[in-house]
Amino acid sequence: MYETHYHRASSIQDAVKLKQAAEEGKYLAGGMTLIPTMKQRLAAPTDLVDLRHVAEMRGIKVTGKTVRIGAATTHSEVASSAELAAVCPAICGLASHIGDPHVRHMGTIGGSIANNDPAADYPSAMLALDATIVTDRREIAAGDFFTGLFETALEDGELVTAITFEAPAKAAYQKFANPASRYAMAGVFVARRDNGDVRVAVTGAGSNGVFRHRDMEAALSSNWSPDALASVTVDASDLLSDIHADATYRANLVKVMAKRAVAAA
Amino acid sequence: MAKITMTVNGRQVSGQCDDRTLLVHFIRENLGLTGTHVGCDTSQCGACVVHMDGMSVKSCSTLAAQAAGSEITTIEGLAANGELHPVQAAFKANHGLQCGFCTPGMVMTAVDMIRRHGGQLDEATVRAELEGNICRCTGYHNIVKAILAAAVEMGGARVAAE
Ligand SMILES: Cc1cc2nc3c(=O)[nH]c(=O)nc-3n(C[C@H](O)[C@H](O)[C@H](O)COP(=O)(O)OP(=O)(O)OC[C@H]3O[C@@H](n4cnc5c(N)ncnc54)[C@H](O)[C@@H]3O)c2cc1C
Ligand code: FES
Ligand code: FES
Repeated sequence: MYETHYHRASSIQDAVKLKQAAEEGKYLAGGMTLIPTMKQRLAAPTDLVDLRHVAEMRGIKVTGKTVRIGAATTHSEVASSAELAAVCPAICGLASHIGDPHVRHMGTIGGSIANNDPAADYPSAMLALDATIVTDRREIAAGDFFTGLFETALEDGELVTAITFEAPAKAAYQKFANPASRYAMAGVFVARRDNGDVRVAVTGAGSNGVFRHRDMEAALSSNWSPDALASVTVDASDLLSDIHADATYRANLVKVMAKRAVAAA
Repeated sequence: MAKITMTVNGRQVSGQCDDRTLLVHFIRENLGLTGTHVGCDTSQCGACVVHMDGMSVKSCSTLAAQAAGSEITTIEGLAANGELHPVQAAFKANHGLQCGFCTPGMVMTAVDMIRRHGGQLDEATVRAELEGNICRCTGYHNIVKAILAAAVEMGGARVAAE
């Protein structure tokens, strides 16, 4: 790892200021992506601004159906929140299958979505739940937030402080995990609103990162059942091919995961 | 260079290190506690697992600076009064190790797992919870057996104490 300077932020304002003052600084949340990347010398921030002690960025608040999750809330906190499980168990289930227990004790929802790894789990939930990403300066709809592989709408120095969403009537997430890394080779999050609106978001498979599958959404809006997906085609030409799975295999996985998710919701 | 202070195995310790120093190196090199191991460079093997403020973390993927002010427990901190911790005793009794390289991380993981699941542990849960710990010797069977045995032992102890 290259040399760096560590700073511990005490508030949102403090974090943004520390980052502004740094030459080429980075926010450090759980470090479960950033520190391995720095160890490989693929990242070399001059300064790290630690967010773990910013109390206003931690915790889960459920008011009726409105959910607010602080950006520095860990995967294990999301996985084990009874309050959250009462309104949206799907997101707890998703968090409980990220990496392993040690990763879940440190890794955070804000870090995961800011990183926007094409195989990460949370981006699919944000898109399917039509979540709002709250930053130190504005609110961004999930649909506008994820802009490509490891790319987001965040500006230089912009800090994700929380995410909010309205709990859906039904939702579920299913992933086919890479047997070695546990990242999604294909993960599908489905959500259905009280008014019948359906969203289907796919992670792990798209060559441009997480995406919504509109044909599946249409099919499920008229008939909320796994069978409704039988006639929908998943176009392999927009999907990733790598040593783990080629695009046609992933296309099939996407459909299988979507069916399983609808069955589980 | 910064001066870092934390509590390790109940004792307050300080040391000088670079901001980039990993917690595992601080523990091994500054404190001379070499029970915590480094088994990989990819954050996947779990040989380095310690507890930070009561929760299992990978000390190879955490900076010493992040742990400043925290309470750390390493494998050296488990045994009390010359008696093995029940999880250590169960690993011994069930042959839960061969070369022993992964063992400190396995034991620290098991203690954390039992803390969270208590008497609710079953084989499938133990195997799922071992996702972040790799052993290249045992084939895992005896590790799983040891953890289940320790969970019963510790669950029993808790009931007895109540
Ligand atoms: C062994 C292993 C297995 C894993 N398996 C999975 C898996 O199955 N599924 C999955 O989804 N992920 C997986 N991960 C990744 C894990 O979920 C990370 O925790 C997550 O991707 C990043 O979160 P973090 O809090 O650790 O962020 P960090 O590593 O601290 O930061 C990641 C990036 O986001 C930026 N950042 C962090 N917080 C903010 C913020 N609030 N605002 C703006 N920018 C911010 C940082 O500057 C950095 O660039 C795995 C990681 C490991 C090590
Ligand atoms: S040394 Fe920490 S996970 Fe391998
Ligand atoms: S006992 Fe040798 S690596 Fe586990």
